[in-house]
Amino acid sequence: MSQRPVRLIARLDIKGPNLIKGVRLEGLRVIGDPQEHATRYYEAGADELVYMDIVASLYGRNSLTDVVRRATEHIFVPITVGGGVRSIADAEALLRAGADKVAVNTAALARPELLTELSRRFGSQCVVLSVEAKRRADGGWEAYTDNGREHSGRDVIEWVRQAEQLGAGEILLTSVDQEGTRKGFDIPLLGKVTDAVEIPVIASGGLGAPSHLVEAVRDGHADAVAVADALHYRRHGLHDLRETARAAGIPVREAPAA
Amino acid sequence: MSRVTILDYGVGNLRSVARAIEVAGGEPVLAETAFVARSADRLLIPGVGAFQSCVDGMRSHGFDDVAREIVAAGRPVLGICVGMQMLFEASEEFGEHAGLGLLPGRVRAIPRQDDDGTRRKVPHIGWSRLLAPATARGDTGTLLEGHVGHADVYFVHSFAADPAEPGDRLADALYAGARISAAVARGNLTGVQFHPEKSGPSGLAMIRRFLDF
Repeated sequence: MSQRPVRLIARLDIKGPNLIKGVRLEGLRVIGDPQEHATRYYEAGADELVYMDIVASLYGRNSLTDVVRRATEHIFVPITVGGGVRSIADAEALLRAGADKVAVNTAALARPELLTELSRRFGSQCVVLSVEAKRRADGGWEAYTDNGREHSGRDVIEWVRQAEQLGAGEILLTSVDQEGTRKGFDIPLLGKVTDAVEIPVIASGGLGAPSHLVEAVRDGHADAVAVADALHYRRHGLHDLRETARAAGIPVREAPAA
Repeated sequence: MSRVTILDYGVGNLRSVARAIEVAGGEPVLAETAFVARSADRLLIPGVGAFQSCVDGMRSHGFDDVAREIVAAGRPVLGICVGMQMLFEASEEFGEHAGLGLLPGRVRAIPRQDDDGTRRKVPHIGWSRLLAPATARGDTGTLLEGHVGHADVYFVHSFAADPAEPGDRLADALYAGARISAAVARGNLTGVQFHPEKSGPSGLAMIRRFLDF
């Protein structure tokens, strides 16, 4: 296990001006104002925030710049933004709005060289590959696009290996099967991906109890854990998660009150 | 209100650091010319990306001379990330490149492997604890007062300074077993390898202290 603290990341899925949440990336419900929630997570000691515009790739637009600009007025931890990033110009607009990293999925599957272009221009530490993984009948996983709607035909393990070679600096790994179910992460998937690459992997999709964090790190070797549902619905706070991690011997950041 | 002049030489996004200064109660001023920069009460040297492109940007704006003048005048200067690395004599990033030479020492790659063969992920991205260096000088009166040994701060880098003068070391951090120079200070000159503007309340507290320098 790595000696550095495991990062606890608040994930905010955005549609238009709203924070939303679904189950398996579908059946979206409006939660509220993203800024209000983001501020609450920052103050509770989130190590990073991830914003994903979950309809952007369907409509080919970026509605996130305003949300990001507002966030960086008051939030002083790293922010990753994804959804609809298709080009250097899209990434630059988000970075200028205050994002520290950009996440790409659909556009990178369509044109993998985008990862190389982004990492040459902004550095690989800036480039997050977002993977939406769905279990296949044969036991492997396929990478999906457009929030788990469209097949790519790519095997997840092969894809993350290629993406690392092309310049991705980090992987945000969402299990479409587990997402929003509160049943825990897809640990076999996580284990296979963390074995396949050297770059950090963020586990996303399924956290419903603090013990799920421990499984993701201990059994899945996740470098970071993304939490959405549990935070949005105030089922579990970041404080609970940190305490559970510490009790299990997993190092987490000392988070002073904001 | 305490003014902080930020050198804007065309690299990186200065929005977060400017905003952090505002929230800390200061007034950020973006300087695009040496003329503006020269009048700084306090100077902030940002830097992201490659060492050479940062040094080139500093020189083409005449900011290298400005930084030396302001340090010589004893006014407070803070270098962040590559802005800290540039304070040193030279960097080994993609060849040999001269820095500003305000502090003795060189910038070297974070070792990808330990002596015992353990591999290390580079770049170092994430939160690490500030530790007292072996030559513990204490953090009293410095930008990091109350934070060394306590605060976790956010790093993103592949290279790190190796100060030649142990007394310049203000704080270290351990990254997967490698000891990294996280902060240096000499007089009113401070350099931090981490990003205080991304390090939550601890980082904001450091920026607030800079306003009082």
